[in-house]
Amino acid sequence: MPDEKEKRRYAKPLPHIDEETRPWWEAAQRHELYIQQCRDCGDRRFHPRTLCTNCMSSRTEWVKCGGRGKIYTFTVTNQNGSAGFRDSLPYVLAWVELDEGVKLLTNIVECPPAQVKIDMPVEVVFDDVTPDVTLVKFRPAH
Amino acid sequence: MSLSRKTAVAGVYEHPSRFAPDKNMHQIMAESIRGALDDCGLTIKDVDGLCSAGIGMSAMGIVGLCDYLNLTPNFMDGTNMGGSSFVAHTAHAAAAINAGLCEVAVIVYGSTAASSRFAVGTGGGLGAGDPCHMFESPYGPTTVGAYAMVAQRHMHDYGTTPEQLAEIAVTMRHHASLNPAAKYRDPITVEDVLASRIISSPLHLLDCCIISDGGGALVVTSAERARDLKKKPAYILGTGETSRHAARGQRDFLEIAAHQSGRLAFERAGVTHKDIGMAMIYDSFTITVLATLENLGFCKRGEGGSFITGGRLRYDGELPINTDGGGLSSNHPGMRGIFLVIEAVKQLRGECGPRQVKDCAVALCNGTGGELGTRHSAATLILSNR
Repeated sequence: MPDEKEKRRYAKPLPHIDEETRPWWEAAQRHELYIQQCRDCGDRRFHPRTLCTNCMSSRTEWVKCGGRGKIYTFTVTNQNGSAGFRDSLPYVLAWVELDEGVKLLTNIVECPPAQVKIDMPVEVVFDDVTPDVTLVKFRPAH
Repeated sequence: MSLSRKTAVAGVYEHPSRFAPDKNMHQIMAESIRGALDDCGLTIKDVDGLCSAGIGMSAMGIVGLCDYLNLTPNFMDGTNMGGSSFVAHTAHAAAAINAGLCEVAVIVYGSTAASSRFAVGTGGGLGAGDPCHMFESPYGPTTVGAYAMVAQRHMHDYGTTPEQLAEIAVTMRHHASLNPAAKYRDPITVEDVLASRIISSPLHLLDCCIISDGGGALVVTSAERARDLKKKPAYILGTGETSRHAARGQRDFLEIAAHQSGRLAFERAGVTHKDIGMAMIYDSFTITVLATLENLGFCKRGEGGSFITGGRLRYDGELPINTDGGGLSSNHPGMRGIFLVIEAVKQLRGECGPRQVKDCAVALCNGTGGELGTRHSAATLILSNR
């Protein structure tokens, strides 16, 4: 099957998706980005969790994000000996702060590493790395 | 209930090896325990508490270590919070002794990180098995990279320069040149640091700690018992520990765990920053030292860059730091919290020869475990020779 072959070719780590986080990963496959918000206290959170860490409520709303934010901080990685990454150096690792107010760890793509700056506006790119997994990355906003 | 001056570090030993392909980590730990017991004049028969953690140990490693040492202690602590663990173990042992759970606790670490060729900083990052891991590991985080992101933000917000960070590495190397056991002893300059290759921007190779083998041990007991032993006690005045992480995506990454653990330790010790004669600040990377000094309150947030310049951190400066050469130049076998306490105790005893800090009565140790830029722990310990 070509799907299995492609999976084998992708050497970087893949998420071990479980029931708690499956809705988030399935949304990413649809090229949609969500965070969670507590229906009782309104606290927003990423990554997805079974309950609100502010008030312990299980009443959770999934909030669809506009996909825009800015770079909170980043690093150009020149050395990583682990599988997959050693062949894609240099790459940009970053914390991106979404307009919705939460930060997530990601890669900045479609931009020469030397041009990446803190506070640069970015927009989401959905990278379908395998038939089962889509990663949420960011590029400079157009 | 204050623990201040009720317990003390009575014995210390730093294993001399920096590269030991002929030994395993349990040998290094056993030899370190023997050394620390000899240092204070106790024997293995006196030990009724054991604390350890390690990058090579199994999940039940503390029990395996009891087996290896043929110990059946009354108190065990296998808390693993990364490199700060041994500073935290010292606090836990002090509390256990004060509560009557044990009388003589040994804290030990050993590792063959160098000869086993662990990619400590540039492997796949930490946290495999943690819930956050699946949202991070696909993007290629490394330990160096996580710290580098804090350095990048600090430079952006406050104009901190690579030259200022480099001065920390230069100072640590100077101290290593005064420590015969240090792994790298040839002096370096700011230019050398800046000319070394960038591992993960803005951190250069020489902004990063080394990888060595090694280990060490501490003996902690009641102040009363410590006073009857061979060496002058290093009394435990105050301790603190906590963690920082992404805080559900809402964290200010320049506010680190040392902010809280340090405040707790100072409050509990009843001392002020002016009382600190020297400090052992976990130096996994140069930025770790700068961020820790700010968060412990030795200078204001954002002022770390200018604070560390002008030789202030040298053994003969205003706030001597890491007089053994630190993880940047002396030794870093995966985790180095134990060495923070060992060197602080030696300084309080006046055993440090050419790198001895003058009139050092109070010393602070701050361990950092994990990664400032993802999640980490801190443990702070304040010790005094009186």
